Amino acid sequence: MSMALAVDAGLALLILGLGLWIIAVRSSFAAVVGFITYGLVLALVWVRLAAVDVAMTEAALGAGLTGVLLLGAAARLPAEAPGGGPSAGLRVLVAVLCALVAAALAAVVLSLPEPAPSLAPLVAENLPPTGVKNPVTGVLLAHRAIDTLLETVVLIPALIGVWALAADRAWGARPGALTPVPSSSALTLLAQVLPPFGILVGIHLVWAGADEPGGKFQGAAVLAAMWVLVVMAGLADLPKVTSRLMRYTLVLGPLVFVAIGLAGIWSAGAFLALPEGYAKPLIVTIEVVLTLSVALVLGLLLAGPPKERA
Amino acid sequence: MSLLLDLFTVIAVALGALFFLAGTVGLLRFPDTLTRLHALTKADNLGLGLIVAGLLPQVDSVVAGLGLIAVWLLALLAGATVGQLLAGAVRPPGSSRGPDDEGPRA
Repeated sequence: MSMALAVDAGLALLILGLGLWIIAVRSSFAAVVGFITYGLVLALVWVRLAAVDVAMTEAALGAGLTGVLLLGAAARLPAEAPGGGPSAGLRVLVAVLCALVAAALAAVVLSLPEPAPSLAPLVAENLPPTGVKNPVTGVLLAHRAIDTLLETVVLIPALIGVWALAADRAWGARPGALTPVPSSSALTLLAQVLPPFGILVGIHLVWAGADEPGGKFQGAAVLAAMWVLVVMAGLADLPKVTSRLMRYTLVLGPLVFVAIGLAGIWSAGAFLALPEGYAKPLIVTIEVVLTLSVALVLGLLLAGPPKERA
Repeated sequence: MSLLLDLFTVIAVALGALFFLAGTVGLLRFPDTLTRLHALTKADNLGLGLIVAGLLPQVDSVVAGLGLIAVWLLALLAGATVGQLLAGAVRPPGSSRGPDDEGPRA
């Protein structure tokens, strides 16, 4: 037990140290690298808290995808902020506000009654009708389906926002942020060897998500990573942003979700309600089509706005 | 028998941890990128390999053991590729290239 405590204390100190370092370090590139490391350590913390679903999402999206997006942003920013960055007074103000938020959160956590209020027993009680065994999937797709629906729909405005950054004459071209690495045999080999395994892992994460940790976001992140790898190795081209097939696939997931939700009004009495006995097949259907759309969106977010090739 | 297996686990995992420690020291102390890459990939290859080998006698099922080996193989593949890419990125232009080396295709 004391061994586990030592590991937890080490993780907590590491998280705090990394957080301080990310704030204090001067170069934005170093800060992003620190942020990615922070996300991976945070994933370990979630594992220690027995929240494996959250851990996988944090590692894949929080550290992986966001890390890559931030790396791209850091590469485009000038090394020195114009005008020497914010003034000392502003820095102190930001520090005080952040410390206040942290102190308020700490006070809330410390003042929680013992045992802490929890909906877990309620979820466990209402899980059997959904037919899935992973309580996280049950909550996301049956009990709180509206949150999940909005969460997946919001990805499409995000992508439209990225595309809106395109120059007028580049509209209709292929996304241009993922430039293929100049002929590197090592990357080509990786892009040929890894995708079969990655695609299998991605599909497994979605399929297993019904009963064990996993699900569409984690699986989609792995699938998107494989796609990006193949594009960066120069083995495949991205679709043009005007491609009809791509756009239909983008909206297919949310559309199927909404359609099943609307059918719920007629078959089960409420929007997004799932008819008894059909809950599990419907949940799996939603997960599968959403995986396709989410994987496509995540890949395209990394691929950036359309750009004319020189 | 189980004592021997436990002993093997302890020795292999400790050796693996030692490689990670040595790799980290190398990463921090070696003078240039190529030697640091050497330290890093050595820690991944041998350190992780020894830890996986040490954990194999402790797993309950064959599938779990295969999973551990898959983790090691995937880390090997990723480590080797990233090592190549980083080395290619820092190699000064016009440095010596072997006849098989792939330069930019004209």
